[in-house]
Amino acid sequence: MTDAVLVPPRTPPRAARLLSGLFGSPLNALLTLLVLWAVGSAAAPLLKWAILDAVLFPAEPAACRDAHGACWSFVVAKGSQILFGIYPIEERWRPILVSAVLLALLVHSLRPAAWRPPLAIIWALALPATFLLMYGGVGGLSYVATTMWGGLPVTLILTVTAVGAAFPLAILLALGRRSDLPAIRILCTLFIELTRALPLLSILFIASILLPLLVPEWLLPDKFFRAMIALLLFAAAYLAEVVRGGLQALPPGQAEAAQALGLGYWQTQRLVVLPQALGLVIPSLTNTIIVMIKNTSLVLVVGLFDLISSGRAALADPEWSSPAMETYLFVAAIYFTLCFGFGRFASGLERQTRTPA
Amino acid sequence: MTAPATSPDRPAVTLHGLHKWYGDYHALRGVDLSVAAGERIVICGPSGSGKSTLIRCINQLERHQAGTVTVDGAEATAEPRRLQAIRRKAGMVFQGFNLFPHLTVLQNCTLAPVQSGAASPGEAEALALSLLARVRVADQAHKHPAQLSGGQQQRVAIARALCMQPKIMLFDEPTSALDPEMVKEVLDTMIELARDGMTMLAVTHEMGFARQVADRVVFMDQGRIVEAATPADFFDRPQHERTRAFLGQLLH
Repeated sequence: MTDAVLVPPRTPPRAARLLSGLFGSPLNALLTLLVLWAVGSAAAPLLKWAILDAVLFPAEPAACRDAHGACWSFVVAKGSQILFGIYPIEERWRPILVSAVLLALLVHSLRPAAWRPPLAIIWALALPATFLLMYGGVGGLSYVATTMWGGLPVTLILTVTAVGAAFPLAILLALGRRSDLPAIRILCTLFIELTRALPLLSILFIASILLPLLVPEWLLPDKFFRAMIALLLFAAAYLAEVVRGGLQALPPGQAEAAQALGLGYWQTQRLVVLPQALGLVIPSLTNTIIVMIKNTSLVLVVGLFDLISSGRAALADPEWSSPAMETYLFVAAIYFTLCFGFGRFASGLERQTRTPA
Repeated sequence: MTAPATSPDRPAVTLHGLHKWYGDYHALRGVDLSVAAGERIVICGPSGSGKSTLIRCINQLERHQAGTVTVDGAEATAEPRRLQAIRRKAGMVFQGFNLFPHLTVLQNCTLAPVQSGAASPGEAEALALSLLARVRVADQAHKHPAQLSGGQQQRVAIARALCMQPKIMLFDEPTSALDPEMVKEVLDTMIELARDGMTMLAVTHEMGFARQVADRVVFMDQGRIVEAATPADFFDRPQHERTRAFLGQLLH
């Protein structure tokens, strides 16, 4: 008896599958048309408002008075104020440079190929340098108080420090919470539980209002840095629990095998445990990090000018008919770019870390 | 490659009055055992008899609570440097292989020698490739563990342990997680290792391996060593009732 040669059944082309899915039966066809109609009737006015009837130039208040659609002229005219707040105009090259450097470094740092010790050194040099450039008061740069900082550089600095510096701290907290040493375990557990139990808003208020009442002024860092540290600690507590989830999910045999080979605790964690544990929790890490990026906007409650508050400040100009929707859409687009970009990076990383099976 | 020399007058492993509790459960109840350099020991016994705990106490993956563990002259303490030194002398092969899935086979083998400073990357790689060839998986060196069969993975695990050039090899049921047709390839590798003079302690149910390779078979029950004898005496003239009952339950 000979075996007939069997080939796997052919999958129909994508277009054919799509067509049969959408219009395969009368009910499907009806539903498809209904949805198309609903989407179309919602999208048409939006399109009309945002593009067809919108005004982009000239970037003057008069341009918007007769416009029926969006007043993008306002965003064009006030864009740099929204992006850089009330930072003195003649010194605006400083926040522009800081934003460009931070963005470039961020994009550079997201490539796994860059994850080598020099990267830590670059950041360790770049962060103080950006602060110094913003702050001034040295090397002929005029002094600009943090109350004058605003917009994109504030959001970027807070994001980079709150998330970037929180991440290593989170790893230490997660390891500490699983430590055999009771003192370390209790300390880490307490910190995580207490921080998580408080709303971020109250932590920010403690940092900006309560601390100055309790601690002598000369001991206190600037309000900006207090808010930054509050965000950092808050993010660290959340990230620590995500990291711990990855540590719990890893079979104990991995750490045992590393120990049995004579590797020490830190070598075991760094080379065997963490690369696997972090890979397991990329989706929830991404989730938490994106939430933390957006959390940076909450510093507005303690009087710091992030992107949203500098957008609001720009709206206060009486010359314009305060086009709030346009302004917030512009700010939203920036947040979207940051968060969506990070999300895409994370799913790319997830694909890369998947080991062949 | 020849097995590293251990001074013949110094025992490779000495266990003295070893006790181990898990909570209230008394897993090891005063175990004494001395293993000479070059000796091959097979440890067997019913499930829960403490054989895995015993072998894991030797490289201190489990800390004992009373008694002493001495490996190649060094007594195990909680001091991290001492523990690391002991673990570098005693390689271990696990039931579940425990290869590092995020690294290639070759990286699995070179990780510890390079990180511990025992070898340069070049030396470690050369040694790893020669040991992988010895366990006949050299052609898989650049694959990831998940791409290998169970038998191949366990042979890689043996090579990985050998890369630290240990004086003693510990095997914790190395064939129990394998499909039956892969047991032999792993046992053959272990037999070759024994032939080269490696000091070995193996927890295993493979009685054929025990007969062929072991200098002594140690039978454990309820956290104690009941009987330790040469394979001939152990299988043909067991002294204790419990040993006879255990052997009677094994398929021959």
